[in-house]
Amino acid sequence: MRDARSSRLRPVVAETPLARALLIAVAVVFLGIFLIFPVFVVFAEALRHGFGAFLGAFDDPDARAAIRLTLTVAAISVPLNLMFGLAASWAIAKFDFRGKNLLITLIDLPFSVSPVVSGLVYVLLFGAQGLLGPFLKAHGIQIIFALPGIVLATVFVTFPFVARELIPLMQEQGSGEEEAALSLGAGGLRTFVTITLPNVRWGLLYGVLLCNARAMGEFGAVAVVSGHIRGVTTTMPLQVEILYNEYNFVAAFAVASLLALLALVTLAAKSYLEWRYGGALATAIPRR
Amino acid sequence: MDIRIVNIAKDFGGTGALRGASLDIRDGELIALLGPSGSGKTTLLRVIAGLEIPSTGQVLFANEDATNLPVQHRRIGFVFQHYALFRHMTVFDNIAYGLRVRPRATQPSRREIAQRVEALLDLVQLPGIENRYPAHLSGGQRQRVALARALAVEPRVLLLDEPLGALDAKVRKDLRRWLRDLHDRTGHTTVFVTHDQDEALELADRVAILNEGRVAQIGTPDEVYDTPASPFVMAFVGDTTSMPVELRDGQATFAGKRLMADIIGSAEGETLLYLRPGDAVLVKPDPDDLAGTVLGVRRTATGRRVHVRLDPTTTEIEIEAAASRSIAVGEAVGVRILKGRVFDGK
Repeated sequence: MRDARSSRLRPVVAETPLARALLIAVAVVFLGIFLIFPVFVVFAEALRHGFGAFLGAFDDPDARAAIRLTLTVAAISVPLNLMFGLAASWAIAKFDFRGKNLLITLIDLPFSVSPVVSGLVYVLLFGAQGLLGPFLKAHGIQIIFALPGIVLATVFVTFPFVARELIPLMQEQGSGEEEAALSLGAGGLRTFVTITLPNVRWGLLYGVLLCNARAMGEFGAVAVVSGHIRGVTTTMPLQVEILYNEYNFVAAFAVASLLALLALVTLAAKSYLEWRYGGALATAIPRR
Repeated sequence: MDIRIVNIAKDFGGTGALRGASLDIRDGELIALLGPSGSGKTTLLRVIAGLEIPSTGQVLFANEDATNLPVQHRRIGFVFQHYALFRHMTVFDNIAYGLRVRPRATQPSRREIAQRVEALLDLVQLPGIENRYPAHLSGGQRQRVALARALAVEPRVLLLDEPLGALDAKVRKDLRRWLRDLHDRTGHTTVFVTHDQDEALELADRVAILNEGRVAQIGTPDEVYDTPASPFVMAFVGDTTSMPVELRDGQATFAGKRLMADIIGSAEGETLLYLRPGDAVLVKPDPDDLAGTVLGVRRTATGRRVHVRLDPTTTEIEIEAAASRSIAVGEAVGVRILKGRVFDGK
């Protein structure tokens, strides 16, 4: 200890005031450059020619269609992943079965695979030259370059969010309460609805928030699968790219600002939940 | 309701397996399943409950085969080791849960449910805490709420898994007495699992001792303490010490000296003599008694536990002496064995 006197006046594990200031400064600068500044620029560029021009971007039918499509895709994918995630987490946390570790690995797969590859997989499967292409063509089913394909790709890339949030939570909680409910005469479904679900509701909400944010913002996988058919299969992120490539900067940033706004709203909702229900969140994890 | 357990086997590929356990439980009795970790006692309890299905064997509830009956339909009340109270529900909702999940037809009215919950809270001596959450209760309170919740459904049998295991010593002792009192008042057939022999002996009408997946002995506390069926039972139920002796025609000799002790049990030749620390006494050194050297002295609640080496051998035994005696390490003493037990073939 260089400064013996001051080290007696503060806890042994605390850093010096200088170190603390430095660390905070580094964090703030990093966040500022890589996070806050870009978001700020998005809004600044969107409003560069005034509010009128900003609103004008949304008069465009293609932009409107893109917003509608993004909302539709999210409205389908998020509930699907909610169900899949809940089912997978429940099976993994409460039961032992062969192939359990394989399932856990598979759930993490979308995180490690490039989104472009995720989209490509579906093209290879369902595209005209794909494995099931002739079959689908014969039955008049269009998956690639249409809504079903976009939904599939989105479901794939956002699959882990709900499951990864719920698995450790459910594992930590164990099956004790479920067994207690069964011993009191409750059936399987009753137990799931009255005991299992309420115990994981906050983790579920977190997972859904993250899943939604990613579903609306997904670019790579959707880009491969959608075919960029303007007004039909362009989601908001794709529309931003198209507008930007046409040098229509204000419109591009305008649509992008909506996405940025979504990110901020998601963050705010998450923080609100933590603030309001922090106590309940803490008691969701059992303390032995 | 009486319960018959016939030759239950259950394997988990490791510990906790049952290897042919059989047991008869009488209506209205309080019976303890006692045994070391891994003996299968909790597994047996869960098999009775229906939370585990055995690989072979039968469970009969009042002579009806309940082996494959799902847990919901067995009408049992289970209290888990860590209570498993529903953390997001109030105490009231916890206790009322069993009544509310009944089908519409047999479900009591809201008023009846409220009355029942209140009556149960009075029974477990926790009036007025209906609106609290489990997280805000002490360990002893949670245990009693768990008990009330199990009793709410009027179970045919009450199953308790180490009910006092998660509590500290003082609370545990108080609740022991209280639990026995509750049983005497309500008269439910009750089976509880414990690894604490004092608890089992103090609480139960009968004790079933489990070892390695089988029932080693069943009997009243007196029976298992005074007439153990095997060295394992004897050692598990109370402090035991042993010494090698030669037994011929009921006469035991140790290191050439005849022992004037009462020997219970029969075996011939070289065998082990098992005794409780109180079955031997320290006397003044005497040529008729065994010679010993004190290796260590420990104070216990009831007296002194003396560790003695029986000269000229290396055998060491533990003897109980009065607290009033002052004994020094290294002292030369005489050891007189008053009684002991031998087991055939063990």
